[in-house]
Amino acid sequence: MDRLLIRGGRVIDPVNKVDARLDLLVAEGKVAALGQSLDAPEGVRVVEAAGKVVAPGLIDMHVHLREPGREDEETVETGCLAAVAGGFTAVAAMPNTDPVTDNQAAVGYIIREAIRSGYATVYPVGAITKGLAGESLAEMGGMIEAGAVAFTDDGHCVNSAEMMLKAMKYSTIFDVPIINHCEDKSLVGGGAMNAGLVATRLGLAGVAAESEEIIVYRDCALARLSGARYHVAHLSCARSAGIVERFKAEGVRVSAEVTPHHLVLTDAAVEGYNTNAKMAPPLRRTEDVAALRKALAAGVIDCIATDHAPHHYNEKEAAFADAPNGVIGLETAFPVLYTELVLGKVLSLGALIEKMSPAPARVLGVRGGSLAQGQIADITVLDLDTKWSIDKNSFYSKSRNTPFDGMQVTGRAVATVVGGRLVWELGG
Amino acid sequence: MLFNRKHLLGLEELTAEEIQMILDTAVPFKEISERQIKKVPVLRGKTIVNLFFEPSTRTRTSFEFAEKRLSADTINISTSQSSVVKGETLVDTARNLEAMKIDMVVIRHGASGAPRFLSERIDSNVINAGDGWHEHPTQGLLDMLTMRERFGRLAGLKVGIIGDITHSRVARSNIWGLRKMGAEVGVCGPPTLVPGHVRELGVKVYPRVEDVLAECDVINVLRIQLERMQSNMFPSLQEYNRIYGVTTRRLRAAGHDILILHPGPMNRGVEIDSDVADGPQQVILKQVTNGVAIRMAVLFLLAGGKPAGAAEAASMRE
Repeated sequence: MDRLLIRGGRVIDPVNKVDARLDLLVAEGKVAALGQSLDAPEGVRVVEAAGKVVAPGLIDMHVHLREPGREDEETVETGCLAAVAGGFTAVAAMPNTDPVTDNQAAVGYIIREAIRSGYATVYPVGAITKGLAGESLAEMGGMIEAGAVAFTDDGHCVNSAEMMLKAMKYSTIFDVPIINHCEDKSLVGGGAMNAGLVATRLGLAGVAAESEEIIVYRDCALARLSGARYHVAHLSCARSAGIVERFKAEGVRVSAEVTPHHLVLTDAAVEGYNTNAKMAPPLRRTEDVAALRKALAAGVIDCIATDHAPHHYNEKEAAFADAPNGVIGLETAFPVLYTELVLGKVLSLGALIEKMSPAPARVLGVRGGSLAQGQIADITVLDLDTKWSIDKNSFYSKSRNTPFDGMQVTGRAVATVVGGRLVWELGG
Repeated sequence: MLFNRKHLLGLEELTAEEIQMILDTAVPFKEISERQIKKVPVLRGKTIVNLFFEPSTRTRTSFEFAEKRLSADTINISTSQSSVVKGETLVDTARNLEAMKIDMVVIRHGASGAPRFLSERIDSNVINAGDGWHEHPTQGLLDMLTMRERFGRLAGLKVGIIGDITHSRVARSNIWGLRKMGAEVGVCGPPTLVPGHVRELGVKVYPRVEDVLAECDVINVLRIQLERMQSNMFPSLQEYNRIYGVTTRRLRAAGHDILILHPGPMNRGVEIDSDVADGPQQVILKQVTNGVAIRMAVLFLLAGGKPAGAAEAASMRE
């Protein structure tokens, strides 16, 4: 087990309201001490963090690792390496793999692969319904035993209200979140981007924001009825945020996440039929981006998740309507959000860290998100001064489908500690 | 002034001057089709591939006539005989064509943006012969040429487009082209088939077909596709004809002479009644003739022909 002294960094721990220049000693996989001018015991490895920020490891509660089934796009190992290179110490893996993660063995396989690769911690999210078919409940109990932390049919919306209600009621046995990909399939149809002027001009089928709002409202009402913990995946439009706010005020147990791309880009990014701006839900209007930022700052939206969705380049190399949905995000999330939201004065740095670490830990009910003594040593070291240009060819992820290639950003993760082990260093 | 574009992907990207140049260039080329020997050598030695991923008779034939009348060597590839059915991607198809050292590609594809996709990946000139719901630029140009022949101008004309606007590449090319040339454009159709954002393109939306007929000098009647009825965009073909059909009675009630265009093929008795389709106000076959001339002009200009040299090219004998 590594013994580390992370020396001289600005420690920001939003949960414990710490923001000070401190040393941080790691031993036995935990935060052993936090203080000024700590001694370096014999054999300890020193990580110099002067001028850097030391924060609880980022947690991404929505990634697609593609293994099993599409190892050409990503594997648990490459996804975890991309995660730690982006400052994430833990990720929650969505179940739309092939075969689907809808049983105990599949959950166990992912956890074993993550342990074997030795980078980030992976929390499998099991399927709500067998085969994501929306027809019969998957064995939640067995999956929980194997290590699943939540359930979703992500990639698909649970379109039947009856099925959703049953899933929510059943989930109360375990008190884990039910996560939904909110898009009414009958309204999405063949839609490829946000319904709006850009879609009209480009001759592409649009997806109205109402397709999301309807399901968000329905699910919040079902959460009220069932008493379940309900989480909205990748919320994309202003009125959905309004619905979440209203139900939260009622005391319904609802939480929500938003992606970096929905916080930064609009449907204008699709111009030129850019398939790296094709995702579900689609990029929306300027007004939606403004509303999502406001809702995030106000705490209506709880956390940020990347929806890291790797696709092999030749699948995105297609006519827009034929290209698959999704973009990668693990290695770009922090720099893009620091540049746009913190330097753009939407969130403080502490608030951004809160949205990317303690908040997702709370929603999932997993460890992490804190640097208090005795806590698991999941830590990221961030350099906030580096200005650099995102280069998709430098990614650890197997895929390159990012809308942020070439973007000038400030800040990046430079070292990542998972369970007390220094698993990644920039240039290391 | 030269025509400096490498591709013709849509009318949205063209300037009014470039549209004018294509229309003017088409005029002398029209004469070639009237000759006994309908051929000039301006594209001799050029290889053109007509790559049709969607069924098309009119547009493909029109392009082929234009190419042959300019002496190009042409190859036709349609979906049924292409490798697409074997799973080959669009980009692989393009690379293979490129490897065969072709000069131009005319592409019709069901996906919006496919011609642009191709143009970004190959060196040949790419001409959009209709992509998804996006644009059908040569159709827009031939419509404009036909209107200009009748009225001597496009500026100030009021043009109504009736039918399925949402799914129509013809409508979009008409809207871009006509508005750039100073015409006013209005659209009319079932609300299920008119995109809500079309007003933001500077287009008036008419709820009733009677209103668009009363105000417009030209009506472009779009073909209604049967599958739209099956997908509940409107209840029946009879009801469509009852509410949106261009009929003699409605034309008479409009009280003025209206030029009737239709991109074909027509559903007689649905969007247009037979007596209108065959009547004195329609110019449907003139559109077909003009289509060949427009496509000759586009091929000529993209191949580097000088607009001022069009007449000279047209005077050449094989």
